[in-house]
Amino acid sequence: MNTIARFKHLGTETYHVFNRNKTSWVGLLLLTILVLLAVLAPVIAPYDPVEQHIIQRLEPPSSQFLLGTDYYGRDVLSRIIWGCRVSFIIGSVSVAFAMFFGTILGSMAGYKGGYFDSFVMGVMDVLMSIPTLLMGLLIVAILGPSQTNLIIALALTMVPRFARIARAPTIAAKNKVYVEACQAMGFSDIRILVVHIFPNILGELMVMGSMWMATAVRTEAALSFIGLGVNPPTATLGGMIREGFKDIMSAPWASLYPGLVILLIVFAANLLGDGLRDALDPKLRNEK
Amino acid sequence: MNTSTEQPLLTVNHLTKHFFIKRGFPKSVSYTVKAVDDVSFHVNRKEAFGLAGESGCGKSTVGRCVLRLIEPDSGQVFLQEKDITSLNDQELRSTRKKMQIIFQDPYSSLNPRRTIGQTLEEPMRVHKLCDHDEIRNIVVDLLENVGLSPGVIDKYPHEFSGGQRQRVGIARALLFNPELIVADEAVSALDVSIQMQILQLLQDLKEKLSLSYLFISHDLAVVRYFCQRVAIMYLGKFVELGTVTQIFDEPLHPYTLTLRNASPIPDPSIKQAFAQLKGEVPSPISPPQGCHFHPRCAKAKDICSREYPKWTELDQGRGVACHLYS
Repeated sequence: MNTIARFKHLGTETYHVFNRNKTSWVGLLLLTILVLLAVLAPVIAPYDPVEQHIIQRLEPPSSQFLLGTDYYGRDVLSRIIWGCRVSFIIGSVSVAFAMFFGTILGSMAGYKGGYFDSFVMGVMDVLMSIPTLLMGLLIVAILGPSQTNLIIALALTMVPRFARIARAPTIAAKNKVYVEACQAMGFSDIRILVVHIFPNILGELMVMGSMWMATAVRTEAALSFIGLGVNPPTATLGGMIREGFKDIMSAPWASLYPGLVILLIVFAANLLGDGLRDALDPKLRNEK
Repeated sequence: MNTSTEQPLLTVNHLTKHFFIKRGFPKSVSYTVKAVDDVSFHVNRKEAFGLAGESGCGKSTVGRCVLRLIEPDSGQVFLQEKDITSLNDQELRSTRKKMQIIFQDPYSSLNPRRTIGQTLEEPMRVHKLCDHDEIRNIVVDLLENVGLSPGVIDKYPHEFSGGQRQRVGIARALLFNPELIVADEAVSALDVSIQMQILQLLQDLKEKLSLSYLFISHDLAVVRYFCQRVAIMYLGKFVELGTVTQIFDEPLHPYTLTLRNASPIPDPSIKQAFAQLKGEVPSPISPPQGCHFHPRCAKAKDICSREYPKWTELDQGRGVACHLYS
C-alpha cells in the first residue's frame, strides 16, 4: 500500500513538471500515436504492405491510395505503417539490450574501481571510437543483413554510451556516506548496487534511452537505405526511401513520406527525452 | 596497556594505515600519507573511549579501520578474542552486527530516496533477524528508544531536522544490539543545543544497553563531558593517553596542553591565556623529522628534531610520547 502511494506521489510530481515543459507532451503524444500505429499495423493498414498493384504503379496520392503507390504498385501508407513497426522493434530492442548490458558493466566498473574499471572502460572507449554507422556496416557485413544482426550491431554501439552514463553516478553514489553505512550494516555489494545506487541512475538512463532510441531508428534507416538493413520485401522506412529514390523526380511521395515519418519519430523521441530529463532532474524539479 | 583485570571489549594493536598518492605525468611521484601510524589502545566494556585531535590527524581513519570499512595495512583489531583483521567477508559481515558506526553528517548518511522505515527495516530483512511480522514492532520500539515517535516511519529524511536525523542514525546503529559503537564526530554537525540532547541520548543508551563507545571528536569539551579515557592524536600517532581527568587537568604533552588551552572556558571572569601555536599543521605527506610536533613546540629540545620519542608508560594506563618524559 505504501509503495503504491509512493509511486503515485512520484507520478503526480513527474506529471506536474512534465506539464511545465509543454513540448515534452508533444513528444509523448507523437510517439504514442506512432507506436499505436505500429502496434495496430495489421488492423489499420489499408493494404498488405507487400501486395503489388501492378497496373497502379507510382500513382500519386489519391482517395484509393492515401499516400500514393511505389514502383511496384505497393501502397505507401501501408508500407509506412508496417515500416514503423520494424523501426520501433529494432529501436526498442537494441536500446533495451544496450541499456541492460551497459548499465551492468558501467555500474560494476564504477563500484569496483581499480583495474577492473580501467579495463572495462578501456574496452568501452575502443567500442565508442568506432562510428555507429561503421560498426553497423561491419557487423552486417560479417553476419549478413537481417533484423537480428541489425539489433546486435546497434546494441553493440550503444553499450558503451550506457556504460558511461551508469558509471559516473555510481562513482558519485559510492562515496556517499549512506553507502558506507550499508557496508557497515553488512549488505552485499549486489544489494548496495541494486537497491541503493541504481535508483540514482535510473532517471538518466531513461533520458538516454529515449535519445538513443532516436539514433537507433535513424541508423537502422540509414543501413536499410544502403541496402544493409532488413531484407526486402519487408517494409522498412529506410528501405522505402531507397526504393523510391530512382523516381524521386516523378514520384516524390514514395520516398518523401517515409523520410518524414523518420523525422517525426526522431523528433518525438528527442522531445520526450528532453522532457524526461527535466522531470527527473531533482534540481529542476525543485524550481517552481 | 590493559590494566583492568577484565578483558577489554576492543583491543587495537599497532594499527597502521598508509595511503599512497600518485601525482604527476608522465613521471609520477608517489607520496605516502601515514594516516594512522602504529596506534595501540583498548576500550573497556561500558566505557566511552575518546579519540581527539585536529582535523586530518587520522581519528576517523582509526574508527573506520576498526570496523574494516577501510582495510588496515598492518596491526590487529580484536573484538574480545576475535581478530577482526583476519576475518573473511562472510565472517566480517556477521561480526559487524556487534560493532556499528554513527556518522558525522546526518544529512548524507541516510539514503534520501528511502523512508525512515525502509532504512531501518532493510538490515533486519537482509540478516533475517526476526520474523517478518515483528519487524515493524522492533523498529517502533527502537524509534521510541531514541526519542522519535512511531509516526516518523513513513517520512523521508529531508522532512527531519539534523538532530532528528542523527537520532535515526543512532537507531540504525542500534538495530543489531551491538556491543561497540564507533561514534565518528557524531555530534559535530549539530547545533550546540542539539549536541547536548544527542550526547544525553548516547549516555542513556550506554547505561540501558551496556554499550561501549569509541568516540571520535575534535571538540575537547564534548570529549571531556562524555568519555572516561581519551587519547590525543597528532599526525597519525598517539601523543598522549589517559583518563579524562589526567589529560585535561594535568596534561603532559605540550600539544595536549596547547589544545586544552585553546578550548574556551565558558566563564567571562576567567582571563584565558590562549596559547598561540606557531605555524600550521605540517603536511601529512612529509611530516617533520623526529617528533612531528617539534616545529610548533615551545619546549622543543635538540633531540626532538632527530628522533621520534618513544611511547612511555608512566603509570597505570597513562602514556605519552614526548622526550620530556622519556
